Amino acid sequence: MAAIDPHSTARPPAALAPTATAPTGHAARGGHASIIVVLLLALAPLVASAAGADYLVALTTRIAIWGLAAASLQMLIGAAGLPSLGHGAFVGIGAYAVGVAFHHAQGMDGALGFLAGGGADDLLVTLPVAALAAALIALPIGAISLRTSGAYFIMITLAFSQMLYFVTVAFADYGGEDGLSLWSRNTAAGLDTGDAIVFHYICLGLLALWLALAHRIAGSRYGLVLAAARDDDRRLRALGRSPYGLRLAAFMAAAAVAGVAGALNANLIGFVSPTPLAWTTSGELMVMVVLGGAATPAGAVIGAAILVVLEEMLGRWTEHWAAILGPMLVLAAIFNRGGVLGSLSRIGGRLRGGGRR
Amino acid sequence: MFALLIEQVLNGLQLGVMLFMIAAGLTLVFGVMGVLNLAHGALYMVGAFAAAFIAAETGSVVLGILVAMPVAALAGLLIERLVIARLYARDHLDQVLATFGIVLFANEMMRILFGPRPLFLNVPDFAAGTLEILPGVPYPVWRLVIILVGLVVAGGLALLIERSRLGMLIRAGAQNRRMVAALGVDIGRLYAVLFALGGLLAGLAGAVAGPVLAVQVGMGEPVLILAFVVIVIGGIGSVRGAFTGALVVGLADTLGRAYLPELARAVLPPAAADQIGAALASMTIYLLMALVLAIRPKGVFGGRD
Amino acid sequence: MTMAVGAAEAADAVKIGLLTTLSGDGAGLGVDTRDGFMLAVTEAGGMLGGVPVDVRVVDDARKPETAVQAADRLVSEDKVALMTGIVFSNLALAVVPRVTRDDVIYVSSNAGPSQLAGAGCHPNYFNAAYQNDNLHEATGAAVEQAGVKRMVLIAPNYPAGKDSLTGFKRYFKGEVVDEIYTKLGQLDYAAEIAKVRADKPDGVFIFLPGGMGINFVKQYDQAGLKGDIKLFGPAFSFDQDVLPAVGDAALGVINGAQWSLDLDNAANKAFVAGFEAAYDRLPSVYAMQGYEAAHIMGAGLKAAGGDVSKLDDLRAGMRKADFDSVRGEFRFGTNQHPVQDLYAREVVKDDKGRLVNRIVSKVFDDHVDAYAADCKMN
Repeated sequence: MAAIDPHSTARPPAALAPTATAPTGHAARGGHASIIVVLLLALAPLVASAAGADYLVALTTRIAIWGLAAASLQMLIGAAGLPSLGHGAFVGIGAYAVGVAFHHAQGMDGALGFLAGGGADDLLVTLPVAALAAALIALPIGAISLRTSGAYFIMITLAFSQMLYFVTVAFADYGGEDGLSLWSRNTAAGLDTGDAIVFHYICLGLLALWLALAHRIAGSRYGLVLAAARDDDRRLRALGRSPYGLRLAAFMAAAAVAGVAGALNANLIGFVSPTPLAWTTSGELMVMVVLGGAATPAGAVIGAAILVVLEEMLGRWTEHWAAILGPMLVLAAIFNRGGVLGSLSRIGGRLRGGGRR
Repeated sequence: MFALLIEQVLNGLQLGVMLFMIAAGLTLVFGVMGVLNLAHGALYMVGAFAAAFIAAETGSVVLGILVAMPVAALAGLLIERLVIARLYARDHLDQVLATFGIVLFANEMMRILFGPRPLFLNVPDFAAGTLEILPGVPYPVWRLVIILVGLVVAGGLALLIERSRLGMLIRAGAQNRRMVAALGVDIGRLYAVLFALGGLLAGLAGAVAGPVLAVQVGMGEPVLILAFVVIVIGGIGSVRGAFTGALVVGLADTLGRAYLPELARAVLPPAAADQIGAALASMTIYLLMALVLAIRPKGVFGGRD
Repeated sequence: MTMAVGAAEAADAVKIGLLTTLSGDGAGLGVDTRDGFMLAVTEAGGMLGGVPVDVRVVDDARKPETAVQAADRLVSEDKVALMTGIVFSNLALAVVPRVTRDDVIYVSSNAGPSQLAGAGCHPNYFNAAYQNDNLHEATGAAVEQAGVKRMVLIAPNYPAGKDSLTGFKRYFKGEVVDEIYTKLGQLDYAAEIAKVRADKPDGVFIFLPGGMGINFVKQYDQAGLKGDIKLFGPAFSFDQDVLPAVGDAALGVINGAQWSLDLDNAANKAFVAGFEAAYDRLPSVYAMQGYEAAHIMGAGLKAAGGDVSKLDDLRAGMRKADFDSVRGEFRFGTNQHPVQDLYAREVVKDDKGRLVNRIVSKVFDDHVDAYAADCKMN
């Protein structure tokens, strides 16, 4: 039998992220898109609330939270060329950080008591803890996974998240598959997080913060080297630099942000369960990024908005929602190159009569 | 004790060859076309459903299995022509998006067509019952049949790749796709044939696994993840690697489940031992994968040749 | 999915949320629950307890997140007064405490986690099905009655799995040779079956719900063990929803349940015939529980005269549970969980060649669950 090496082919080196090979000025455009996205998410709940549709406020909060998780994955996929299919695991870890801290704050016992101490139920504590926990668990996973690339990386990250899923399902001290209930939302330095609008702006504020940071990173020296490694690993190595450490840092940072998203989501729904660690959540996160456009963080947020709204609408319409959503994703993959933002900028380019792209 | 070990090794072998039949198509399609097909598990499901449906209609499981293969091959061909053929020039991300969509669609279509309850598929009469392979160790005949089918598939694939013109193209395509096209080979047809072959193998795996497992919607995904582990360990694109990886995973998983809990009981207090032993057993193959990658990042057979 | 049924047009129709698993893994159980519930509503011409009802059917996709969001919407937007339908305990634990706090009455049609039966009991929470341990306890008692002394126990490595073995051991007093915890969703059980053969017990207890049970029972039969080492388990792996998929491999298995197709009373005969006529298949335990949850709601609505703002009357009516139960006698204990008879059933073939269960013996009279004493309600 022949051993077939997928890496020896004449495939274009940037095969992983053609949409991400941004021409000059693209980052700026991504920045505008980010600002627009944040503004829309800032206005939406006010409109919904004025219209008396309180339920829609929660929907926009969900978009902000999953947008944050997807934007963190975008840094891996788009900026660093690392297509993780296990990112949901870090969302789950962040959620568990909140759940475990709350559990101990209620005076209950568990195997992680030596770490959690008296527990915590304030976002000022739980969010950093969630970020730290996700980043620490990302360290060994990243250290092993980053020895590979491309499709290997997709499959390995998937397998590791699956492993973490089984750990949480069996971890009886913290409910295992039964999950953990948060009887009340984490406090946040005196703010009334129980108020849907207040909580929404907390989530949106963190999303805006990350989007701003992501743009800064993309334009920084670190971001440029990361992009260079994405586009041509070999050249970078020839220059005597190994991208391994840079990528590991990116992997951990993205995990930390996903952890924050998971912590917020746990607070939104008042429940922590192993579900985000199951492979479907990781698949959905990747779908969000690709659907919206992997080139910019704003694209990931748009993708998150589309998927959250679609699942909501289709789910209300029919229990066979997957039979409709599936073909929509296939069509998006075929026709919507570069995601929504990619298509928009193509159309924009054509309108300006440039034909440059 | 020794007889039990032999039996467990045989169980591991059987799980391994079943995983091989699924992993082989996945790795071929990836090796030659560079396509990561998440919907490969769906083809396995289609094979199992087709076999169960035909067996229920005709009363013949063998006929069901024979029909399942072309049905799954056809499904693979359809997916290739309608979707994947438009995505060869794209990156893995678009392929993941499209094939994720296909997974959602395929699962829901099966539910719409066959209802939400699992289907029935039994072992064919000739393979019912057990065979005493060692004194005091009866072994299910059907599992022996699965091992046999898996070995025949492995041998057949080896012959196909080493000796046939198609195999030559597969090897050449894996080395350099454009060169093969430049030499005047209809590369589109080669891809279609390969996808159908992958579907056929996945369908066969689903059909022979059907009598052992629940034939139900969503049965493809757990198996797909196992197949990923297999080809990551073996080295993506290598059929030999898939075979080795499948046997290693099958054996590690089975022996882990058989012996780790007892090992845990020997060294840990009883209350913790059951939990930790069971948890370790369910993590065995992932830890193994991590170990292999730490030593050989491209898998056992990856990056050779 | 939202579906208005029956007298939905009537302005005074009481809104009921039926949140259950209709897509993804386990959809068959949710479909049975919905069909059983709807049968009761349709039979009464769109009413329960003589009160017009408007049933909103919503899919939880077996995800706690989805279930919580859907429940919140049912409560805040649709303003349902009553809820039911959740199949899986982990989803019930996510949803029930939230909705009962908002003065929505939740009548469980399946999930009965211990947390909600003991210290976490609530006046707005009723369980129409069982406390989760009940069927395991019944199986333990059935094994004890059958005189089987040495058992191997198998369950998935997650909280419900551990609870099941605890429940089983509460009434099984013989020797536990081995406890095997398997991976959730495990496909192949060859390694475990080989262990069982080596252990040479007199019987095996399995709690492997859904596809896991189908996998195990088929493989166990193929390994030729079923004749030598008898198989026992709760009804979950041996009821109408999975029996057709397991086939003859399930024949002769003894399983514990609170109901059976052949329970001899008029209400049950009418239910089984009505269900078969309406859906062209035999009802499962899940369908029965959906049907009974509807009738329990009916008892409450009747007592409140259809005015759901009279919460005390509504609850009092439900606690009295004055309806013709297909289980024969039915009443609630202090924790608003069933006090009911439990049976050992055997899988047999009926005169049409279909696999069904037949009652072998009654193992418990008026069984009270183990957590009722921890419930400090009232």
